[in-house]
Amino acid sequence: MINANAIYVLWLREMKRFIRAKSRIIGMLAMPLLFLAFMGMGFSGVSIPGAGGGVNYITFLIPGIIGMGMLFTSMFAGISVLWDREFGFLKEIMIAPVNRVSIVLGRIAGGATTALIQGILILLIAMVIGFRIPGLMEFAMAVVFMLLIATTFIGLGLVFASKMRDMQGFNLIMNFVIFPLFFLSGALFPLDNLPFFIKAISYIDPLTYGIDGMRASLIGFSTFNVIVDFMVLLGMSAIMVFLGAYFFEKSESV
Amino acid sequence: MIMNAIKVENLTKKFNGFTAVDSISFAVESGELFGLLGPNGAGKTTTINMLSTLLKTTSGYAEVAGVDVSKSTNDVRKSIGIVFQEPALDNKLTGRENLEFHGMMYGMAAGERRKRIDEVLALVELTDKEGMLVEKYSGGMKRRLEIARGLIHRPKVLFLDEPTLGLDAQTRRHIWEYIKKLNKEAGVTIILTTHYMEEADYLCERIAIIDHGKIVALDTPKKLKDVLGGDVVCLDVEGDAAKYMQYVKSLKWIKNAKIHDGELCLTMDQGEKRIPELVCKAPKMGVNIRSVSLRKPSLEDVFLHFTGKTIREQEAGQNGFGREMMRIRAGRGHGM
Repeated sequence: MINANAIYVLWLREMKRFIRAKSRIIGMLAMPLLFLAFMGMGFSGVSIPGAGGGVNYITFLIPGIIGMGMLFTSMFAGISVLWDREFGFLKEIMIAPVNRVSIVLGRIAGGATTALIQGILILLIAMVIGFRIPGLMEFAMAVVFMLLIATTFIGLGLVFASKMRDMQGFNLIMNFVIFPLFFLSGALFPLDNLPFFIKAISYIDPLTYGIDGMRASLIGFSTFNVIVDFMVLLGMSAIMVFLGAYFFEKSESV
Repeated sequence: MIMNAIKVENLTKKFNGFTAVDSISFAVESGELFGLLGPNGAGKTTTINMLSTLLKTTSGYAEVAGVDVSKSTNDVRKSIGIVFQEPALDNKLTGRENLEFHGMMYGMAAGERRKRIDEVLALVELTDKEGMLVEKYSGGMKRRLEIARGLIHRPKVLFLDEPTLGLDAQTRRHIWEYIKKLNKEAGVTIILTTHYMEEADYLCERIAIIDHGKIVALDTPKKLKDVLGGDVVCLDVEGDAAKYMQYVKSLKWIKNAKIHDGELCLTMDQGEKRIPELVCKAPKMGVNIRSVSLRKPSLEDVFLHFTGKTIREQEAGQNGFGREMMRIRAGRGHGM
């Protein structure tokens, strides 16, 4: 039975911790914005090949940066189960008369809200410095893609957290999972020019569809059709959430 | 009305071939203050983890508040509170927020929750600290907060895993008093694990002595000490120890005589009255007594009696064994 109360209090806990960790909030905005600033300046005047000569690099980059930030935040939210295990709080969560599915949903709700706040803030800041979006409807579409990106990677983070004992392996995950997912997602450059085998990896990277979907919504330029992006990402998201919940259920609390 | 708060039959837990808990059986009555006493690594925490449904049992049966732990885990969880060995608090939340979290996870309605939290905070005297972030709490305050938390949902059984580990003597005394008060006033069945003998002696109505995953003795502290037969007088003797030993064994008021740690340890009643005689007779037997000690029976001696080692020696000798066990545990799961 899904316990709505439990989901709420787990969400509330994430929110309180988020608001109190000022340095984390700054970090999650600073990195993407610095990326945007420096990459944008470095490539200023560059037009995206294959775009029909219409899209300048910063415009192309912004959805990619949003995706990047959310990838990191979401993975971390999923893996944060390990912090709770390390500091003992996981036992308090697991000893409660609440089923594991509700616990997973609570963590996803909390992490997704955090990532969504980040994504929307970056978008708003981009708009303040000149990024134009077509309208409210398109903004809402972008938010839907943000939500799906968040849930997908929180799920993936949970899978890792359930298999790991402590934070020791986090470095490996950063380098061999998170960075490849980021670089091969089309965040920084279009995928068209990549060799076939690399492109194949991009096609199984959920972030590819998330960023592409945001591009389709916000700037009207994308590799795939927006419906395709949505359907594929929705499917991948469902799979990841299911796997995250499954492995979490199987893991021991002590 | 459930007579037994806890019933355990042949409970066993194995980790990768290592048997941490070896077919133990015991029962705890409703409202009892029961202790599991043993050195680190004896299997106390593992037992608690199984009874509180955090770990699955390997074999055997365990029932808490009338519910089979392997069948209805959520029903068990609703009836128990637990204070873990290591703190399980969220340092980034305040004391009150930690309690609110707990209350909500246990499905308490807002009004009742607020009232109950006020109550438990008053019980452990943390009312004025409720708005402080837990990371600023001292070790004793954290432990008290966790005891308060364990009680919010009015559990039938409260598990305390090494409740005063790492605390200073004064805080320990306070926590002992809370525990006693809890048990008497609220009628909560309390199971505590400890490796501190004086704690088990002071608090528990009955104690199960556990060593290497097995229960070696189970009774009231008094009856356990009665097994020893009396006071223990230890003599550091030089000279013809064998002759003296013979003499000593012939005395009818000597209940037991053995050599431990190079000393002659004799069991008798009212040791303080017998020492003069033992010391005066020694020169006639050709021995010189270098030192005398008198110990009233303690659980340390009881442990020694049943396992052949004191708890301290048990833990010291664990360097190879204990580390091996930790390694196996680390591969299996996170610590104790």
